[in-house]
Amino acid sequence: MADTAVQAKDHTPTVEGAPKPAGALDARLAALTLPQGGFAAAARRDALTRLQDMGLPGPRDEYWRYTDPRPFNAPQAAAIAVPDGQETPLFDTLDKLTLVFVDGRFDEAASDDLALDGVEILTLAKADGAEWAAELYGKLEAAGQHPVRRPFATLNTAAAPDGLLIRVTGKPSKPIHVVHRRASDGADAMWHHLIRVEPGAELTLLETGMSGARSNSVIEVDLAEGAAFHHVASKRAIEAKVGIGHIFARVAARAQFKSFTLAVNGTMMRNEAVIDIAGDDAVAHIAAAVLGDGGKAPFHQDDTVFITHGAERCESRQVFKKVLKNGAEGVFQGKILVKPGAQKTDGYQISQALLLDERSQFLAKPELEIYADDVKCSHGSTTGAIDDEALFYLRSRGVPRERAIVFLVLSFLADALAEVEDEAIRDCIYERLDVWLTLNAVQ
Amino acid sequence: MLKIDNLHVKLEEEDKQILKGLSLEIPAGQVHAIMGPNGSGKSTLSYVLSGRDGYEVTEGSATLDGESLLDMEPEERASAGLFLAFQYPVEIPGVGNMTFLRTAVNAQRKARGEAELSSGDFLKLVRAKAAELQISPEMLKRPVNVGFSGGEKKRNEILQMAMLEPRMCIMDETDSGLDVDAMRLVSDGVNALRSPDRSFLVITHYQRLLNHIQPDVVHIMANGRIVKSGGPELALQVEQEGYGDLLAEVG
Ligand SMILES: Nc1ncnc2c1ncn2[C@@H]1O[C@H](COP(=O)(O)OP(=O)(O)OP(=O)(O)O)[C@@H](O)[C@H]1O
Ligand SMILES: [Mg+2]
Repeated sequence: MADTAVQAKDHTPTVEGAPKPAGALDARLAALTLPQGGFAAAARRDALTRLQDMGLPGPRDEYWRYTDPRPFNAPQAAAIAVPDGQETPLFDTLDKLTLVFVDGRFDEAASDDLALDGVEILTLAKADGAEWAAELYGKLEAAGQHPVRRPFATLNTAAAPDGLLIRVTGKPSKPIHVVHRRASDGADAMWHHLIRVEPGAELTLLETGMSGARSNSVIEVDLAEGAAFHHVASKRAIEAKVGIGHIFARVAARAQFKSFTLAVNGTMMRNEAVIDIAGDDAVAHIAAAVLGDGGKAPFHQDDTVFITHGAERCESRQVFKKVLKNGAEGVFQGKILVKPGAQKTDGYQISQALLLDERSQFLAKPELEIYADDVKCSHGSTTGAIDDEALFYLRSRGVPRERAIVFLVLSFLADALAEVEDEAIRDCIYERLDVWLTLNAVQ
Repeated sequence: MLKIDNLHVKLEEEDKQILKGLSLEIPAGQVHAIMGPNGSGKSTLSYVLSGRDGYEVTEGSATLDGESLLDMEPEERASAGLFLAFQYPVEIPGVGNMTFLRTAVNAQRKARGEAELSSGDFLKLVRAKAAELQISPEMLKRPVNVGFSGGEKKRNEILQMAMLEPRMCIMDETDSGLDVDAMRLVSDGVNALRSPDRSFLVITHYQRLLNHIQPDVVHIMANGRIVKSGGPELALQVEQEGYGDLLAEVG
């Protein structure tokens, strides 16, 4: 790629002295039916109090500098017609436990039985008496509010009616696959998963599809010593979807956290990841491959990552790749914080955009904050266009231009896709990506 | 087969003329070599023939079997039977050599209205041809040209040529970077492809390659034109005397 480093620039004009949207939160809450009772009642009350204190993001909020919070602040979701027919689900060829959510609600009839060796699975809407869940619910979200506030996550803790509570004690023979579906045009979907992986246990969580016209999700992941969690999500919105997703992870000693997201289209998407590496010799990787086409509807996609190193000899890796066309906008805000005493930290961050035309843009704000002296941290951000020489090379062999561009896009995304460790899962992603890219190319 | 007539080419972005009335005709079944000083325009000629952006043809023509090449897209020229072995093959990380090659072979077959090769047939074919060029199965699996040595890249170009079976093969300094044994491998590969309805244009600086691949005609190119043509002995003369006297003689 012809790379040129890009400086983050401010493109959302802020109005001096603009009032904080007073009453916006009240209106937002009034439109929701808050869940009552149950094991999470206290945590939800606490979340509500915290939310009242922080309010919703206003136009001058630094953390929302590149992304307009208004679609998330609005009391109602803008209705979007549910498309006819569902796509063939991804990962169809894999052996897995499939759990279906329709507009953010667990659909028992459409799902497999909640039975998998080495795993206990409950749902948030029905759970009672799961002590571990009562202890954990909202805790990692609350801990992730410093130093930056994430009010939509707190809103989620207070208001999400459903989600999965997964406690892993062994090494299950197959992954859990959460399939999201849409059913109603105006659904405002909110769900909250809680995942606890006990010492030495392992889980692979697959997520595909979309819930709601607007969505707000939180996943809290608590990894005990030596635990491993692999998360692979694929989200493609054909329609003008609005969504915000959060992952809060706490990673204990020798544990491994790995998350990869493939995000294709949509209108306004923000994914926040807050990862607290709390024990020695732990590993946290987070990666995304994003395809944005602003041709039919505006496209804006934001990855906001905050990784804290609080222990020794830990490794973190952020790999974000965005392919943008037809005026699409991509944002990356990524931070590595190395606390005092987190010696021998190995932190790596790369964010790159491939712009397929001059109207598209990428805004990157990489940050390092380091308080230990014996660490290795690097970050880089580039924006480039299709490499003419490579394009000519492929075409000179008879590969048609459109197909050659698909190859070069796959080439660009390869480092992010390589973060999916399981070969069978990676093959599924590649296969689907190829189909989507080919579809996009001929459109 | 290939007929180039009075070709004038300038850079699109700059007012710089590179080819200045180049004429050349290669009949079917023949091997022609082009030698010439650095910067004389040899690679430019190969790029213009294969359709790379950035050049403007201001005068003249180039046809393959009577069809004008200059109006075609690069992929159309490939399907019409033109192939360029690059002086500097391009690395494409993240795209498998095999995937790329199979796509190329089948895209060309499709463009010509022929049936596509099944993956089984393709695999058999590519393994056999790779073995002849001593390209290991491991190299076939790697991303296109990534981590290949200079010589391996050149061998990979010849593998592509063998798989695509073009009728007009242009080789731009395929011999540079090759060790003695690789030179023999590549030459054997090229010689195996020689046939009455396939032609070659071999661009080289060294006479040695022409010991292996016997040319019918040797051209000397200078300052954007063919200034002298002759038999294989011309290459020997260049090797021994350099270009000085030759170029002085033609003015
Ligand atoms: N894109 C370009 N921009 C500027 N100059 C160019 C460009 N392409 C070619 N040239 C110039 O045109 C001339 C011919 O270049 P070309 O690469 O065709 O030479 P060559 O005969 O292949 O040389 P060599 O033997 O060194 O490979 C050179 O002076 C070169 O600098
Ligand atoms: Mg050259």
